Amino acid sequence: MSAVEISPAAGTDQEARAEAARTRRNWLLSLPAVILLLFAASGPLVIVLIYSFLTPGDYSGVKWIPTFDAWTSILFSRDIFDDTLRLADAHLTIFWRSASLSLLTTLITFLLGFPTAYFIATRPPRQRGLWLFLITIPFWTNLLIRTFAIMEVIRNEGLLNKLLMMTGLISEPLQILYSDTAVLIGMAYVYLPLMVLPLYAALERFDFRLVEAGYDLYAGRWMVLRKVILPLVKPGIVAGSILVFMPSLGAYVTPRVLGGGKHMMIGSFIELQFGQGRNWPLGASLSMLLLLIVGIGLFFYVRAMSKEKAHD
Amino acid sequence: MRSPTLLIAAGALLAATGLAHAEGELNIFNWGDYTSPELIKKFEEKYDVKVTVTDYDSNTTALTKVSAGGHGFDIVVPSANYVPIFVGEGLLLEARPDQMENFKNVSKRWRDVPWDPGRHYTVPWQWGTTGVAVNKTAYSGNVNTSAIFMDPPEELVGKVNVIPEMSDVMAMAVWYAGGGVCTQDKTVLKKVRDLLVAAKPKWMSMDYGMSDKLSNNDVLASVNWSGSTFRARLNNPDVVYGYPQEGYPVWMDSVAILKDAKNVDNAKLFMNFIMEPENAAMISAFARYANGIDGSQEFMPENMRTAPEVNVPEEFAAAGQFLPTCPPAVQKMYTAIWTEVMK
Repeated sequence: MSAVEISPAAGTDQEARAEAARTRRNWLLSLPAVILLLFAASGPLVIVLIYSFLTPGDYSGVKWIPTFDAWTSILFSRDIFDDTLRLADAHLTIFWRSASLSLLTTLITFLLGFPTAYFIATRPPRQRGLWLFLITIPFWTNLLIRTFAIMEVIRNEGLLNKLLMMTGLISEPLQILYSDTAVLIGMAYVYLPLMVLPLYAALERFDFRLVEAGYDLYAGRWMVLRKVILPLVKPGIVAGSILVFMPSLGAYVTPRVLGGGKHMMIGSFIELQFGQGRNWPLGASLSMLLLLIVGIGLFFYVRAMSKEKAHD
Repeated sequence: MRSPTLLIAAGALLAATGLAHAEGELNIFNWGDYTSPELIKKFEEKYDVKVTVTDYDSNTTALTKVSAGGHGFDIVVPSANYVPIFVGEGLLLEARPDQMENFKNVSKRWRDVPWDPGRHYTVPWQWGTTGVAVNKTAYSGNVNTSAIFMDPPEELVGKVNVIPEMSDVMAMAVWYAGGGVCTQDKTVLKKVRDLLVAAKPKWMSMDYGMSDKLSNNDVLASVNWSGSTFRARLNNPDVVYGYPQEGYPVWMDSVAILKDAKNVDNAKLFMNFIMEPENAAMISAFARYANGIDGSQEFMPENMRTAPEVNVPEEFAAAGQFLPTCPPAVQKMYTAIWTEVMK
């Protein structure tokens, strides 16, 4: 059918062929990348997904017996003493701790990041590069080393406690290390640049004449911030929050080093299943659940953003 | 059956007469920070073999990598409770180290062990204990008890660390509650859980790396390994090591040759080499654990020969026990309790 339709115009026939060749060439050129993505990115994920539906092997690994056990045991567990099925409150506690610490981290990074980004965006354009460069410097250092540096600061005999004792504000060292506060300090420090950069990107595009317009219309500073600036940089706030919240949720190194490992978070809970717990399917299903949560978050973000664009 | 034995006998003879010149390679897969570089250098020079050491951090990691295949390793050093799993999965070569020249140096205690009867597969690498380390300036009472972390004395409340090593800590808790290794007794396990849940608020942290933290007083008491505590005491004389009278884990890591090893001859030479007292002493001088080879003591540094962390005092020896690998059903219960405690 198509051949008949094309044939009347002999000139476009050649064009169509050239077009097809171009398409083919483009496909061939992108093939290595496509294959790499397919196997290196999706492949392992598929394995994790399959493993989450299998039975744990006796000594690590899996047995090829399909079951939903791993998924149901995330929410419900059989009590080892009276054998009743009930809500797995240990798992829920761990998830809740991770979620609330991540939310707090996001809030803290926003409170610190917004003024920082605002400050940079209001510098003369030639200076902004330097400020941004300073923000990215911590990225040059390995995460683990930065975490240990924080530990050195908040230790009982560390910098912070020594300073506070010297000034006479406290007489005994504060036990900050190995607490949720320590985890918060560490995560806020580590993820702050991820909040500042998108906020800056949004604030840089912001037309500051609108602020003046607001003042002209008798709005106070607080009113301008709330009604003019914040709504207009909202995409930056959402992007920054997602960039901070998502990795915080699965954070492993910082809670492990600074939190003292006394209270588990999702990251170390997953590690337990693959290591000493010898329950790979549960570890796999927990990882998939984490991915799912992050995926849903991103989905809503993308949808909100495209709506935003439609409004423009 | 005959020919392998003959081969080994020939190999041992060659090794003994120093004629062996096994040029080539040897790939060792061992725990991190555990292999003496001087020992490796000596072996390389003696046999003209290029040795590569790769680290792992847990028995599970080693087992997973080895059973996946294609690893290229010749030697692995699993703990006692993992040797039967490696053997059961058909991963180890029956190298018959018991017929090697230097096997005569192995201490009587380590010759016929439950995890490798008659030592057909493995030779001792290092052994140690898991006990409690206490800074005596913080607490001067009895340290030879698991109550240090199961029911901390007032002076140590909020200052105790527990290494997050599930099998060791669970075993110590079960013994403290009056049960036996890998117990399935629900009344005991319930008591274990209640004790642990009640004790946890009195802990400061659950972390590794105690040799540093005990050294600089960040941690004043901890469930810890003997060698790690020894290293801490060398920096901080206030640190003492306790052997819990209720029971404490004894462990040994043993050198085994993998079935799919490519350099079997060199691996066998290495096995025989480390049973030489002088060489075994090098292993211990590096990682600070005992090695199970008679006569190695005299080649060790003076502070090791007398260290109470390495030489278990007579009165505490009986309370030490080897941990088997618990069956999957028991393991599941232990993980559930552990998760409950760690939540």
